[in-house]
Amino acid sequence: MRAALALLAAAVLLALLVGPRPVGPGTAWAALTAPDLTDPAHVVLLTQRLPRLAAGLIAGAALGLAGVILRGLTRNPLAEPGILGVNAGAALAVVAGAMATGRGDGGLVVAMAFPGALAAMVAVFLIGGGLRGGAGPMRLALAGAVLNALLMSLVTGIVLLRAESLEVLRFWNTGSLSQAAGRPLGAMAAVVAAAVLGALAVAPALDNLALGEAMARGLGTRTARAKGVALALVAALAGAAVAVAGPIAFLGLMVPELARRLAGGGMRAQMGAALCLGPAILLAADVAGRVVLPPGEVKAGVMTALIGGPVFIWLARRIRPGALA
Amino acid sequence: MSAAPEELRAEGLSLGYPGRMVIRDLDLTLPPGRVTAILGPNGCGKSTLLRACARLIAPLAGRVTLGGADLRRIDSRALARRLGILPQQPLAPEGITVADLVARGRAPWRGLLAGWSARDAEAVDRALAAVAMAGLRDRPVAELSGGQRQRVWIALALAQETDMVLLDEPTTWLDLPHQIEVLRLLQRLNRERGTTVISVLHDLNLAARHSDHLVLLGPEGLVAEGPPAAVLTEPALQRAFGLAARVLPDPVSATPMVVPL
Repeated sequence: MRAALALLAAAVLLALLVGPRPVGPGTAWAALTAPDLTDPAHVVLLTQRLPRLAAGLIAGAALGLAGVILRGLTRNPLAEPGILGVNAGAALAVVAGAMATGRGDGGLVVAMAFPGALAAMVAVFLIGGGLRGGAGPMRLALAGAVLNALLMSLVTGIVLLRAESLEVLRFWNTGSLSQAAGRPLGAMAAVVAAAVLGALAVAPALDNLALGEAMARGLGTRTARAKGVALALVAALAGAAVAVAGPIAFLGLMVPELARRLAGGGMRAQMGAALCLGPAILLAADVAGRVVLPPGEVKAGVMTALIGGPVFIWLARRIRPGALA
Repeated sequence: MSAAPEELRAEGLSLGYPGRMVIRDLDLTLPPGRVTAILGPNGCGKSTLLRACARLIAPLAGRVTLGGADLRRIDSRALARRLGILPQQPLAPEGITVADLVARGRAPWRGLLAGWSARDAEAVDRALAAVAMAGLRDRPVAELSGGQRQRVWIALALAQETDMVLLDEPTTWLDLPHQIEVLRLLQRLNRERGTTVISVLHDLNLAARHSDHLVLLGPEGLVAEGPPAAVLTEPALQRAFGLAARVLPDPVSATPMVVPL
């Protein structure tokens, strides 16, 4: 836990100081304590880096926590909101809503992202054979991959149809923290905070469910209710993450694996670790994206996919046939 | 634990799935404070009956009562403090240690915000000692032998501190010495703590040796129930299993011993 907190602190510092226009620690402190809006460095820090930092904290915490919940619920290391198409469902709903109404503001994003995430999650579990993946973990991952590809191609199609607003809409194709200043940060921070409390409350039930359905019920868990609550939390977290950062891939895959190694098997400990590791990785990806190809910028969603792809292959190769059925 | 052990009863109980009834109109009392084994051929509904007794499945008709109250009317947590169930093939989370797994048995006693209490720690220590696994408490469960793993699961059920423990085929997959070890352990729990033990078992002779009460099911439903000597008779075995057998006194324990012809 201390290691996770240290990582998060380091990532927060990097997110504030590193970029095309480096800001020294002293300047950053001055900008935060005594802002001077005639100083360009202060302006960059306050109007660009702080919102980006907030978006990274919100989306990273949301996706890391969603990944831990989904993995605990399905016992499937490949189950995460990105792979299962939940993020894509939220993104498609936002883009479709923007096209239909001509609006693209925070209100519309918030109104569309949550139902989109929920609908995609229901769809992927229906196609993938239920919560425990009756046909094995691969079927759920495959169903998610197919759904994700389908939804993202629809997003791309809509984005291309609207060439005049390409730059704005492209955000929904690959997640990024670059438009953080225009996103509903306060509302989504509140959603994530509420979901964190919900997740901590449902954690003991998830611990019991990890022993199998029958054992969990024998230990007094109302399993159907616990699963419903957990899935609703995942949809809310994925919706909130997409609303501030667009669809970010693979974060929910990397974080639970690291959290389990760092914090052990208990759900609450894993959740705590994920709340630090998720933002740390996303912020690090964002910082890396700012500096790898100057003067351009690589989106954080591309960077997480670059790291997450190999992690996916590694996890998939570790699954023994039938081991998780 | 309450002073007077409670009775688990099936009343007009029918179990199964729509279109396939496995148990039909069964009336049965499982005696409190005793070791009971449920026996019968494959597919006769032994496990189904046990699962219904733990409220893991809902009856098609009739009801199961605990201490006179319908199971469906008892709150989930309250039931989990009175009745523990060890299902077939429970899942051990990846990387979990023996003590952490046994600690999961405390779940029904822990509040939403309550931390780990001294009482919880004592219950886990007692359970580990009872199954002689205290020395291996920090071992990953995945590294244990099959017999040790089964003892850990039983310890989880003990840490739950219920007056009644239901076990679905606790000896399956174990070799003979480990089967005997598990059955002796269950008997000792019953003698020392007064825990009501109800298991589904396959081996008739071991069941007769290590149980006070037998329930013999056949394809047509209940064949016999009572003390081992009254249940394991040649006509009963014929009815339950279609098996021609002689029943002799076990030369060691004097309980009935089934010798197929």
